[in-house]
Amino acid sequence: MSNTNMWVYTDIVKEHFINPKNVLEDEEHYQDDGKGIVGNIKCGDQMMVAIKVSNDTITDCKWKTYGCASAIASTSVMSEMVIGMSIDKAYTIRPEDIVK
Amino acid sequence: MNARKVYMDYNATTPLHPEVKESMRRGFELYANPSSMHEFGRTVRNQLELVRQRIAECIGAGPEEIIYTGGGSESKNTVLKMHTSAHSGGAELPPGRSEIITSAIEHPSIIQTAQHLVSMGNTIHFVKVDRNGKVDMNHFLELISERTALVSIMYANNEIGTIQDIQSLAEIAHRYGALFHTDAVQAVGKIPVDVERLGVDYLSFSAHKFYGPKGIGVLYARKGKPYYPFIHGGHQEGGRRAGTMNSLGIIGMGSAVELIKAEMQEIEERLLRLKQRLRSGITERIPDITINGHPEDSLANTLNVSFHGAEGEAILLYMDLQGMALSPGSACSSGSLEPAHVLLATGVGPELAHGSIRFSMGRETTEDEVDYVLEVLPVVIKNVRKMSTVYSGECK
Repeated sequence: MSNTNMWVYTDIVKEHFINPKNVLEDEEHYQDDGKGIVGNIKCGDQMMVAIKVSNDTITDCKWKTYGCASAIASTSVMSEMVIGMSIDKAYTIRPEDIVK
Repeated sequence: MNARKVYMDYNATTPLHPEVKESMRRGFELYANPSSMHEFGRTVRNQLELVRQRIAECIGAGPEEIIYTGGGSESKNTVLKMHTSAHSGGAELPPGRSEIITSAIEHPSIIQTAQHLVSMGNTIHFVKVDRNGKVDMNHFLELISERTALVSIMYANNEIGTIQDIQSLAEIAHRYGALFHTDAVQAVGKIPVDVERLGVDYLSFSAHKFYGPKGIGVLYARKGKPYYPFIHGGHQEGGRRAGTMNSLGIIGMGSAVELIKAEMQEIEERLLRLKQRLRSGITERIPDITINGHPEDSLANTLNVSFHGAEGEAILLYMDLQGMALSPGSACSSGSLEPAHVLLATGVGPELAHGSIRFSMGRETTEDEVDYVLEVLPVVIKNVRKMSTVYSGECK
């Protein structure tokens, strides 16, 4: 913590917070192959993730998040990670993998 | 990095008044221990006692009723704990009176102290508040009894600015033979505070909320009322609070008290106008918002707004990136959803509680700064809502 102007979160989190990747903008017309919502507004976050799949591989991932900076950034990081990943592998992603 | 900076977090803390800074600079020379008998010590002590008198006059108390503490949290810990048997030394508590009543919207320094006391086996009741954050009088009357030792209700709320009717609450407490404490940390320096008019037995405040230094505060304790020290180990403050007196802090606080007494009315009138400008600006430019707190009985400097479908910490940090300092209703990064307890207690749902932002202004806030916030905020809210799973455009 030598830099007193250091931000609340790391640079990577900050970058994803400022420029979140793969946000679902046109929800109505997005043809997803699968969609899931997790979280609870009571606790302060909720995430919705929609994916497109072809040959058991995730070809696209879009999301929406209600939550704090780390929730927004981690959904963004995750969306970048899973594109191109096999469904089976994506199931095994742990929170620690996103942190890396 | 954005060049423009706007500080709108005065309820968290305030910058030192330039004249307070000056008086403290001179105060650095007064290094002697004010408890020492030699001339060095006596000179310092005289100054600190003059400050005590000045502070006492400002709140309508006697100088012997002013106890210097390390700040608001210490003052409040002292009051609450001395009214439980484990901390009181056993001697002074009236027999049969073992319960404390406080409110659901107190500052963590009261709520968490109360929770600690509950874990030690004490009975503490939390009185409900209404939609606007005012104490529910019917519930208060249900809770108070001949078993009540102490009632502790904050004067003005730090999150939503609601001001309580302390006079009536203290009167009811006294009718039942209970003692009354008010946490006046957000009140002193913002509204007139007079212990006689309020009729309180104890009152806490802190210098850094009104342009004084941090780490110094006051506990007012009415003469003849029970008192037991929280910090043992010395004769300072008449044996009521041990520890070498914080000369520099006291000098700074004395100067801050004097200045705010002279400036308060002008500052508050200006802040009320700025708050109206901010409130109507937000209402006009941003759809689906809720203004929290009491419409009239509220601090002139505090505006609390919930933005539907947008989470508070995200809003705060996007505003921070543009150079604006605000406070969220709840924050994950601090590891707690703490301030949300105030809004939840007023009956605001969790979504709006998490989507709230506190704007708290002060003597250096300008109209130009308000306008800058009004320029940036709508864009930030729009962006956060675009990403949100909750917001779909219509008002729920």
